Formats: sequence, structure tokens, C-alpha cells
Amino acid sequence: MSGPAIRFEDVHKWYGRVHVLRGISLDVASGERVVLCGPSGSGKSTLLRCINRLETHEKGRIVVDGTELSDEPRALKAIRREVGMVFQSFNLFPHLSVLENCTLAPIRVRGLARGEAEARAMEYLARVRIPEQAGKYPAQLSGGQQQRVAIARALCMQPKIMLFDEPTSALDPEMVREVLDVMVELAESGMTMLAVTHEMGFARQVADRVVFMDQGEIVESGPPGEIFSAPRSPRLKSFLSQILHQH
Amino acid sequence: MRSSLRVRVFSAAVTLALALVLLDGLWHFFSWAIVHAIWSVPRGADGAPDTDLCRAAIGRGACWAVIGEKFRFILFGFYPHALQWRSAIVVALFVLLFALSLNPRFWRPALVAVWLAVLALVAVLMWGGVFGLEFVAADQWGGLPITLILATFGLALSFPLAILVALGRRASGLPVIRWIAVAYVELIRGVPLISLLFMASVMLPLFLPEGIDINKLLRAQLAFILFAGAYLAEVVRAGLQALPRGQQEAAAALGLSYWQATRLVVLPQALRHVIPMLVNTFIGFFKDTSLVLIIGIFDLMTTGRTATLEPRWQGFGNEVYLLLAAIYFAFCFAMARISRLLERRLNEPHLPIVEPA
Repeated sequence: MSGPAIRFEDVHKWYGRVHVLRGISLDVASGERVVLCGPSGSGKSTLLRCINRLETHEKGRIVVDGTELSDEPRALKAIRREVGMVFQSFNLFPHLSVLENCTLAPIRVRGLARGEAEARAMEYLARVRIPEQAGKYPAQLSGGQQQRVAIARALCMQPKIMLFDEPTSALDPEMVREVLDVMVELAESGMTMLAVTHEMGFARQVADRVVFMDQGEIVESGPPGEIFSAPRSPRLKSFLSQILHQH
Repeated sequence: MRSSLRVRVFSAAVTLALALVLLDGLWHFFSWAIVHAIWSVPRGADGAPDTDLCRAAIGRGACWAVIGEKFRFILFGFYPHALQWRSAIVVALFVLLFALSLNPRFWRPALVAVWLAVLALVAVLMWGGVFGLEFVAADQWGGLPITLILATFGLALSFPLAILVALGRRASGLPVIRWIAVAYVELIRGVPLISLLFMASVMLPLFLPEGIDINKLLRAQLAFILFAGAYLAEVVRAGLQALPRGQQEAAAALGLSYWQATRLVVLPQALRHVIPMLVNTFIGFFKDTSLVLIIGIFDLMTTGRTATLEPRWQGFGNEVYLLLAAIYFAFCFAMARISRLLERRLNEPHLPIVEPA
């Protein structure tokens, strides 16, 4: 593929009078793993949610997989098929079993036959190491298990790009590891990944690039080694000192 | 110690007194309804029932003979006597349909087809005019079939309407649709059902172009659908409101369209939250059908009342109203049972977290 997997060109967004994204320009190459970090309210989640249009941007262009995002339903549908998303609060469908959570979209959106969709779901549930929970309902699983199911559910659509919106923030500490392990494995398989996370260890281990945002702007970006050991801007320095204090 | 003893004596005394009052009431009812009841009356020389026996027992014993004499009129109204078997089949069909819907084993898409088929069959049986069945105009229909038709068609049609209206009220990008939905709910809710029925029966024909005449029952049916739709829409909206935003976002992120997300993710959860409120509205609505009495449609309530207008049977309203109450109760209780069953079944996925074995 020629162009970048995701391209932001001078993207702006306002919530009422609050200017939450102030001219974001960013290219994410195919196969690249990018970690977005920054203090809360910096606009990193909003930026992520603009990629599959859970949020709309008011100005600028966002091109995903060669298609520009707009209100045109076909373009939107095409993009959402190729972009998987994992949420902070899992957002599994509580009225469906784990297996049904994983087969719903492949059957309804990709048009897979049920048998095929189930085989694929079992494959991905095995990859996130919980195939034995396929028949259970989300409420019967622990938080870590639910988040792994959510990752498997997104992967069942075989997306080209995966977005992670603070995937470990709602988890008990002892469950963070099992989710991060799955994400590391996924990163190593060559998936294009964009993750908003405070897990700096994860960023160090797998990210090609760390993007630091504050107050709706990209302040600094670069390889994790550079960002963490030689921060240039005072804002990043103070952010890192806060993060490191917590850990 | 002493005060606790006093409390116990007092509570025992209250319990005893209440039990006595209750027993006395029950005994009086039993004595009236069974012991001194008149079950049938002799026929006079002209073949008409002679109600003197009943009249002598007024205040002492019930006159169940009025039910025996009048039950066909109460149940079927002015539907031609020889054709009342068709009304009876209609009632049986409705009861069968409800019984079928009560059983979770039959909760599958085919049940919708069964409902549609039964409703079509009901129309054929009541109207006739096809398959060699004699035509019966709607103004001759009466009794229980009218009540069941008004309630069943009313609920079957107002429920989808309510879902659309509730969704419309939340359609953020479509202000016109939202405005229409809000106006509909507020207008209908702000008007008593009786005035809606009056408007449907008296005013609507004035607005229709000449030559177009929708019969009275259909107009009342329309009024009911609109009325129930507005109330149910608010119940459905409450269910939609209770659903976390993340559910819709997850569905959208997976590529499901708005209607797919609504049908497969949003509604199954939203409706489950509000089953008790839905059934509550259904039950209220079922009983509200008796208000068509006002515009002269012979539903079960009206036929019951009319049955005791005949001079011979005047004064035996209690017996008839008891029968009506029993019939209404049977249907409302069945609905309450459906509600309980639904709740229990649909709550299965929300079991407490099961410890891994």
C-alpha cells in the first residue's frame, strides 16, 4: 500500500466553545505502532475516536486507509470495517454470549456464514487465551477476561488498524498484565496500532513512536527511547515526572 | 420486658380482630354467592324466564341465573345468534395465541408469523364475506371479541409505533423527526382517552372527504393505537436512556449500521430493562378498552351493562359485574405472568459472576 494507514491534516474540533483539537497533523504508516499519551483532557482519546468517527472533526482532513472520512455513509462503513476499536469500559454486549459478541459483526457486516464466523471467533478467542469462555456471558467474566474478549471481538472483523482507548485503565492492577500481553503479541504480529495508554512499559516495549499531546496539540513525538530519556519540552518533562511518580 | 409483652399482646389482638373481620366478610360473600344463590329460574307460560324467585332473594342470595340466561349476549353482543360460533372461535384463537406466547419454547421469529396469521384469521371470521362465510358488519360485533380485538390489535400496532417514536425522540441529527415525536407524545398524553375517543367517533368523520367512511370500531381502534403508542413510547425511551452510550459506540465501531445496532444491540437490552413498566402499561391499556362504552361500541363492559337493562333482569348487575371482573382479571393476570416469565428468562445472562471451577 502506498499512502499512510492514517493521515491527519490540520484537524480541529470544538466542543461548544472549547477548542479540544487544535490543528493536529499526523501520519501513521501501515504496520506502525503508535502510543498516544498526555494528561487527561489533552484530546488524545478524542483524536482516536475521530478515526472511526465516533467523534466528528470540524476542520481539516482525516484519511483512513486511502478513504477520506466524511458523513458519506458508504465511506464511513468502509472505514469502520477496517478499523477495530477497544474501549476503556470494554463495551461487550451483555445480552449476547462471548461467542455471539465475536460473531455478530462478521455475520452482519462482513456477511460471513455462521459456521465460518464461529470458527474464526474460536481462533481469536484462543489467541487471547480464553476459548473455554465462549459460551459464557460477559457478566460472568472478570474485567481482564472481558477486555480480552473485546480485543478478540474487534479482531474477528480482521481489521487493518486497531485502536485502543485506555484499554487497561478500568482494570484491577493484577489484570493489566494479561491484557497487555495480548496487546504485545498483537503488536508483534505487525498490526497497525494506535493506543492511548498510560502504560509506559508497554510503550517502551512495542511502540515505534510515542506521541505526546497536551491541550489539543501534539507537543512532541518520537521513538520511545528518545521521548522518555530526552524530553525536550517542559510540558512533557512535567508529565513524565508525574507518571513516573505514580509507578 | 413488660413493654415487649404488651406489644405482643396488642399485635395478637389486632391480628385476631382483622382475621375475624375478614372471615365475617368471606362468610357473607360465601353465603350470598353459594348457599343462598339461585342458579336457575323456571320459565313462565310464555317461555320467558320468571325472575320472581331471584327478586325474592335480592340481598340474601346471588342470582346466577342471569349469567346462564345472558352469557351469550354478554360474551358476543349483537353478533347474529346463529353465527356466534365464529365469535367463539375468535376468542379461542386469541386465548390460544396468548397461551402460545406465554411459553418460552415458542419465542422465535416464527411466532411473529403466527401472530399475523391469527390476526388475519380473526378478521376473516369476524367480518366473513369470504370462503362462504356470511358477512357481518362491524357494528353488529360485540362483547369479548371486541375487547380482545381492541386490546390485541392496539398493542400489536402501538408497540412498534412506540419504538419508532422513542427512537425518533432521540434522533439527534434529525430535528424535524425529533420535533414530530415530541409533539405527538405531548399532545396525546395531554388529552384524556375519552376525548380522543370522542374525536375519533364524532369529529374525524367531519374532516374526512365525503364518501369516505371509516367504521366506528376502526376509528376507536386508531384512537387506541395513538393513545397507547404515546405512553409506550415514553416507557421505551426510559429503557433507551438507561443504556450506556458505550453500547451504541461499540456497535458502530464494529461497522453495524444504525438500524442493525438498534435491532441487535440497543433494543434487546433497552426493552429488557422496562418489561415491568411495559406490562403495567399493557394491563392498564387492556382495561381502558372498556371506555369505548362512551361512544356506543359494544365491548365486554357495554354488553354486560346492557344485559341488565332488560326490565326482567334489572337489579342483578352485581352478578354480571362479578363475571366481567373475573374475565378481565383472567386476562390481566395472564399478562402479569408473561411479564414474570420474560423477566426471569431475560435476566439469565446477568447471573452473578460465577467462580471459575
